[in-house]
Amino acid sequence: MEAERDRSNLPPLSLHVPEPKFRPGDEVDFSTVDVPAAGSARRPDTADPANSFHELAYTLVRVLDDAGNAVGPWNPKLDADTLRRMLRSMALTRAFDERMFRAQRQGKTSFYMKSTGEEAVSVGAAIALAADDMCFPSYRQQGILLTRGCPLVDMMNQIYSNTGDKLQGRQLPIMYSEKRFGFFSISGNLATQYPQAVGWAMASAAKGDSRIAATWCGEGSTAEGDFHSALTFATVYRAPVIFNVVNNQWAISSFSGFAGAESTTFAARALGYGIAGLRVDGNDILAVYAAMQWAAERARTNQGPTLIEHFTYRVEGHSTSDDPTQYRSAGEPTSWPLGDPIQRLKQHLIALGEWDEERHAAQDLALAEEVKTAQKLAEKNGILGHGLHQAFETMFEGVFEEMPWHLKEQCQQMLDEQKAAGL
Amino acid sequence: MAEQTTTRMNMIQAINSAMDVMMARDPDVIVMGEDVGYFGGVFRATAGLQAKYGKTRVFDTPITEIGIIGVAVGMGAYGLRPVPEIQFADYIYPALDQLVSEAARLRYRSAGEFISPITVRSPFGGGIFGGQTHSQSPEGIFTHVSGVKTVIPSTPYDAKGLLIASIEDNDPTIFFEPKRIYNGPFHGHYDRPAKTWAGHPGGEVPEGYYRIDLGKASVVRPGNDVTILCYGAMVHVVVNTIEELGNVDAEIIDLRTLVPLDIEAIEASVKKTGRCLIVHEATRTSGFGAELSALVQERCFYHLEAPVERVTGFDTPYPHSLEWAYFPGPVRIGTALKKLLKD
Repeated sequence: MEAERDRSNLPPLSLHVPEPKFRPGDEVDFSTVDVPAAGSARRPDTADPANSFHELAYTLVRVLDDAGNAVGPWNPKLDADTLRRMLRSMALTRAFDERMFRAQRQGKTSFYMKSTGEEAVSVGAAIALAADDMCFPSYRQQGILLTRGCPLVDMMNQIYSNTGDKLQGRQLPIMYSEKRFGFFSISGNLATQYPQAVGWAMASAAKGDSRIAATWCGEGSTAEGDFHSALTFATVYRAPVIFNVVNNQWAISSFSGFAGAESTTFAARALGYGIAGLRVDGNDILAVYAAMQWAAERARTNQGPTLIEHFTYRVEGHSTSDDPTQYRSAGEPTSWPLGDPIQRLKQHLIALGEWDEERHAAQDLALAEEVKTAQKLAEKNGILGHGLHQAFETMFEGVFEEMPWHLKEQCQQMLDEQKAAGL
Repeated sequence: MAEQTTTRMNMIQAINSAMDVMMARDPDVIVMGEDVGYFGGVFRATAGLQAKYGKTRVFDTPITEIGIIGVAVGMGAYGLRPVPEIQFADYIYPALDQLVSEAARLRYRSAGEFISPITVRSPFGGGIFGGQTHSQSPEGIFTHVSGVKTVIPSTPYDAKGLLIASIEDNDPTIFFEPKRIYNGPFHGHYDRPAKTWAGHPGGEVPEGYYRIDLGKASVVRPGNDVTILCYGAMVHVVVNTIEELGNVDAEIIDLRTLVPLDIEAIEASVKKTGRCLIVHEATRTSGFGAELSALVQERCFYHLEAPVERVTGFDTPYPHSLEWAYFPGPVRIGTALKKLLKD
C-alpha cells in the first residue's frame, strides 16, 4: 500500500454552486449589468469570416438609444409602416398573452406560457425572415405566429383543445404546429428543435432551395446535448440556419448561471464552433431585426450559420404553473435595465413623429377587442374540461400512417368498455 | 418479381443493394452516418454509394447520435427520406430522445402536418466477441415506444426486401441488422467453421426492386410439436438446433417485424402445436419475449399444453470472454424444448 499522503497543508477544495444576485425580498440593483451604448457595436460585412468579429459575442448590438433614436451601423432604417407593423405585432402578442393567461386562471384551459417582455425577439425575427423561411421554435415564440398572420381563433382552439383544434387535443396548450406559417410542431422536450432545424436547413441546401431555417431555445436549454450537436452539424456543413438563444435570465427557477452565464456569454458558445456569434439587446426590436436580417443574408449566401443571443428578461413566470415571487425578487421585472420592447419602439415612433399616445391607446383597445372577439369564437368550439371534444377513437389515429392491428384492437376494447359502462 | 435476375449476396451486399435501388428510384432518399461516405461504412454496407450518388446524398457525419437522428428528423420534415446509420446499436442511446420524443411522435403531435419517414439502420446483436459495447440487442426499448416500427431481417433476401419497405414507409423505422449473420447463417456453434450464405436460399437476392411488407412473419420450418418464435440471428441457431436434435417437429416462425407484429401467424401456429418457445438474444426482463409470452397466453391459453418458455440473453451486461455462456445457443434451446415437450 502506498503511504497516505499528508494533505494537512493543502487548502481544502470548495464546490461552487451558482446563486442569483437577488432572491425574494432583496433590493434589486442591476447596475452591474453591462449595457454598452446604442450604436457602439460595429457591423461587419455579411461576407466576413466568423472569426473576424469575436467581440460581437461579448458586447450588445443595440440600435435604440435611451431617447428613442435609432443609431449606429446596425440601424436597419425601416420605413414607418414596417415600424408600426412591428409595434402592432408586439402589442397583439401581449394582448393575446394577457387574455389567454386569464383564460387559464379562469379554468378554461390547463396551461399557458406568456412571452411578456420578450415580444421583440419573436416579432423582430418574423419580420426579418421571409414568410416561407422555416421556424423551429421553442414554446415562447407565439409572436412569430401572430406576426405571420396565424388566425387568433386557430391558436385559441389549440389552447382550448376543443373541436376546432386541428391537433385534436393531443398537445399541451401552446404547443402549436403550423406548417402553413412555416412553424414547426413544438416539442416540450428542450432543444430537440435545434438539430432538426439544422437538418431542415441542410436538406434545403442539398436540394438547392433558397429557404433558410431558424430556431430558438432558452439560455437554460443550451446545456442540452442537442444544442451542441446542432452547432457541430451546422458548422461542419455550413447549414443555412440561424440559432437564437433567448437569454431571458431564468429557466423556471434556475437563473442563467446554471447554464454557464457566470463565466461567459451565450453568444460566445458560437465561437468554439467557428460559428458567427452576435449578442443583441433583445428588448430592442430594431437590433433584433437587424441581427436576424444580417444572419439571414449570411445563410442565404452560403456563409453558414449564425448564433444570436437575445439578451432579455422574462417578466412573468415560466408558465401558469410557477410563481416567480417564490424564487426571485419581485423588483427584478421593473428594474430590468433594457426596458420594455413595446415602450421603446413606441418612443421611437413618437420621436419620428409617426405615432402618438392617443393612437397607441386606441390600438391597445382595438387589439384587446380583436382578441376578445376571437376568444368568443373559439369558445363556441368548447373549452378544455367542458365535455370531451374529440371522439374517443381519435386517440388511436395518427400514431402511424395506417393503424396496425394492435391499436385497432385496443381502440375497440376501449369503445366496448365505454359502452358497457354507459359512457 | 420472379423474372428478376438474382445474385448471390451476403446480408451486407443485400442491404447495400436496397439503398442503391432506393436512391436510384427516389432522389429524396439520402444516407448519412459515421464513416458511411467515402469509406463506405465500418461494415461496408454503404460501399460505393457516395461515388454513385454524390456527397450531398451520402455523407459522413460528426460523432453525435443525437445530432444524426435530430438532423434526420429535420430532413424528414423538409421532405427528404433519410436513412441514417447508427454504427452500432450499442451507440443508439444518446439518440433516444430524438427517436422516442421526436421521430416517433411527430405525426401524432402535429396531426399529420409533419412526418418522420426515416429508417435508422443499425447493426445489433452479439456472437462476434464485441464485448458489452458492440453486442447488445436493444430492440425491446423500441418496441415499447408508440410510433416506431421495429424490423429485424434474418437473410439477405429478407434484408433487402424489408429495408426497401422500411425506406418507403412514411413512419420511422428502426432496422436492426444482426451482424453475426452478415456473412452467413450462424449455426450457434462458435467453435465450428462459419458458414457463408452460399447454398442458402435466402442468399439468392434479386438485383432490382422488390419489397417485403412490414408486419408479415415467415414460417421458416412447418411443424406440429412446438412453435418457436424467433428473429434475426437466432432464427438460424434455432433451425440448426432442430436439425441437430432430429426428433422435434418444430414450427419455426421468423417474426421479421416486431412492430407491427404478425399476430395471426403466431396465433395460428401456437393453436396448432399447443406449445411455444420464444428465443431472443436480448436480455430477459421486459424483453420482447415477455410481450410475446403475454400475447400467446392471452390468445392461446386454452390450446396450451405447457407453460410458454423463453430462452434469452441473461440480465447481465453482454460479457466478452463469457460470450458463449451468455449467447442462447443450441444447448439452452435444447434444454428448454425438453422441458416444453416432456408431457
